[in-house]
Amino acid sequence: MLSIKNLHASIEGTPILKGISLEIKPGEVHAIMGPNGSGKSTLASVLAGREEYEVTEGEVSFKGKDLLELSPEDRAREGVFLAFQYPVEIPGVSSTNFLRTAVNQVREYRGQEPLDAVKFLTLMKEKMKLVEIDQKLLSRALNEGFSGGEKKKNEIFQMAVLEPSLSILDETDSGLDIDALKVVANGVNQLKTKENATIVVTHYQRLLDYIVPDFVHVLYNGRIVKSGAKELALELEEKGYDWIKEEVSGTAV
Amino acid sequence: MSKDNEILEEFTSKEYEHGWSVNYEADEAPIGLNEDIIRWISAKKEEPQWMLDWRLKAYRHWETMEEPTWPNVRYPKIDYQSLRYYSAPKQKKKPSNINEVDPELLKIYDRLGISLNEQKRLQGIAVDAVLDSVSVGTIFKDTLSKLGVIFCSFSEAVKEHPELVKKYLGSVVPATDNYFAALNSAVFSDGSFCYIPKGVRCPMELSTYFRINAANTGQFERTLIIAEDQSYVSYLEGCTAPQRDENQLHAAVVEIYAAEKAEVKYSTVQNWYPGDKNGKGGIYNFVTKRGICAGNHSKISWTQVETGSAVTWKYPSCILKGDHSIGEFYSVAVTNNYQQADTGTKMIHIGKNTRSRIVSKGISAGHSQNSYRGQVQVMKRATNSRNFSQCDSLLMGDKCGAHTFPYIDIHNSTAKVEHEATTSKIGEDQIFYCNQRGIDSEDAVALIVNGYAKEVLNQLPMEFAVEAQKLLALTLEGSVG
Repeated sequence: MLSIKNLHASIEGTPILKGISLEIKPGEVHAIMGPNGSGKSTLASVLAGREEYEVTEGEVSFKGKDLLELSPEDRAREGVFLAFQYPVEIPGVSSTNFLRTAVNQVREYRGQEPLDAVKFLTLMKEKMKLVEIDQKLLSRALNEGFSGGEKKKNEIFQMAVLEPSLSILDETDSGLDIDALKVVANGVNQLKTKENATIVVTHYQRLLDYIVPDFVHVLYNGRIVKSGAKELALELEEKGYDWIKEEVSGTAV
Repeated sequence: MSKDNEILEEFTSKEYEHGWSVNYEADEAPIGLNEDIIRWISAKKEEPQWMLDWRLKAYRHWETMEEPTWPNVRYPKIDYQSLRYYSAPKQKKKPSNINEVDPELLKIYDRLGISLNEQKRLQGIAVDAVLDSVSVGTIFKDTLSKLGVIFCSFSEAVKEHPELVKKYLGSVVPATDNYFAALNSAVFSDGSFCYIPKGVRCPMELSTYFRINAANTGQFERTLIIAEDQSYVSYLEGCTAPQRDENQLHAAVVEIYAAEKAEVKYSTVQNWYPGDKNGKGGIYNFVTKRGICAGNHSKISWTQVETGSAVTWKYPSCILKGDHSIGEFYSVAVTNNYQQADTGTKMIHIGKNTRSRIVSKGISAGHSQNSYRGQVQVMKRATNSRNFSQCDSLLMGDKCGAHTFPYIDIHNSTAKVEHEATTSKIGEDQIFYCNQRGIDSEDAVALIVNGYAKEVLNQLPMEFAVEAQKLLALTLEGSVG
């Protein structure tokens, strides 16, 4: 589904990603871990098409298309979803209105009829149950005055409504207490199918207790320095990231 | 330049839609301004002597006045002697109702999307259509007159209802009030007149649609709304003008009188030609709008969506004279390219327990300058009066400016006055967030701007609100990034 080959990216001339390669197949959950500043969030942003990052080398293909050629909105319409680490507030625009605009633009791109108000509300209701979100939250202005937990829940709710084929969760666990974390993880797990894939970007192992990855990759200094099964996450939790750093510098010497 | 700014720019550089003009044979005053011109206009309109005297008095006063320089706007000095003060389409015979109006003139309004055919109107909205210096027709007049509601052109009112005009004309905005009001009082050519008798709730929206067509001509219209005890009316005003390279002057006066327990709601969607991308041409919109809540428990509410004009100078105000009277001002002012707006309101609390509310939302894009100027005045007698003001500014891009000039003047210690102000920028983050959900940048900006202006747009009558939303998006098209 997603194939990343030797991806290099920089911001304002400073290289951040220095050759990332990754293959993701439908139905898989990949965890990207790594110390602060290793490039995890940059990778998420580059895949979503954030303008500040310049791709200097490499290729990314998504369902056979050159992802890097597509505008951010077209990537979303093709089925790439980014759950933001810091969801943005849009005053005066209700979540409902926002999502309806989004859903119908995506549908238009795919040559489908727009959903009328009744059908859209039915869809909303169905997905609300799935992620245990309160309807009151959705009639309020998008993310405005939401708590950290409410913002993250709302991200997962949007993901549920948009039904992406590739979901990228960027540090979704940051700022969540254990209860909110469970709700969010439960939502993600419910949305998992054989057809879609998930990338979980996280610093801590904690989230991976609830969203169990098929593969764990450790990002350090802009490169994937280690890949393994879910046990790798536990090992990192136990030993921290220092042994990885040492290992990397060891091979460099 | 960031992507944000590029899209902003693209979004705001959309062409003006109503920039066309038509040719028709016109009845025009000679260029220039002097007492003879005023006599010429008055004679053309077959006015009684008292009207002419009123005009001449205003003119003589105007001659002693100086053009104000305090607004935060810059424009080349206007040569008042190089303008034409009257231009009207020639009609073979005076139409007695809308069906006799020259079809060519009606076509102008059709093209603007304003149907003057009573049968074709979906909703009951009575329209007075003003073209350059004259009213070309008013619809639903008969329906309204059965209720005692008078809705007609100003010229007609001078002839048919002189006692009302004499009593109220200049009672809220005196002829000597300010430079542009004095000029208007001297040369005004037409406008709308509206009278709601005691206890009548006007069953339909009344509206005036102003259109400037002629070149090098100023438009000076006057609107007078009188709401008697316990009456209600909702009034709408729309305006457009052709795209021309030279600047044109529009100096209007609106007066509202609300008697006891009367309520008047006045909504404007102002879309005069704003000038081109480089700031060439456009309308100078210098307008005096004021209402008096003369009776106890009366209410006047101004709502304006200002998207057009090269330069705007406008402060719809309320004099809260009656006890328990209420004044409201809701405004969205959008400036783009090289537009300049200095707009706001005055709330003058005279009566006891008077309340006022100001919600102003400025949106600046391109190289434009957008200023809010507001005054809240609480007089000695105005015990327990309250005001709440909220002034927000939204900036798009980094070449525009937003300014706020609030003045507060309190003479009664029981008054409660609150002022809140915010300035924000449409962020790249907000647009990217929308993009990531599949929404393209233009729609993202429309969504964000409409969300920002929602509190004001909600005040507009339904039909207008939709129009205003589209207009906001259109005005800013090409400005996002």
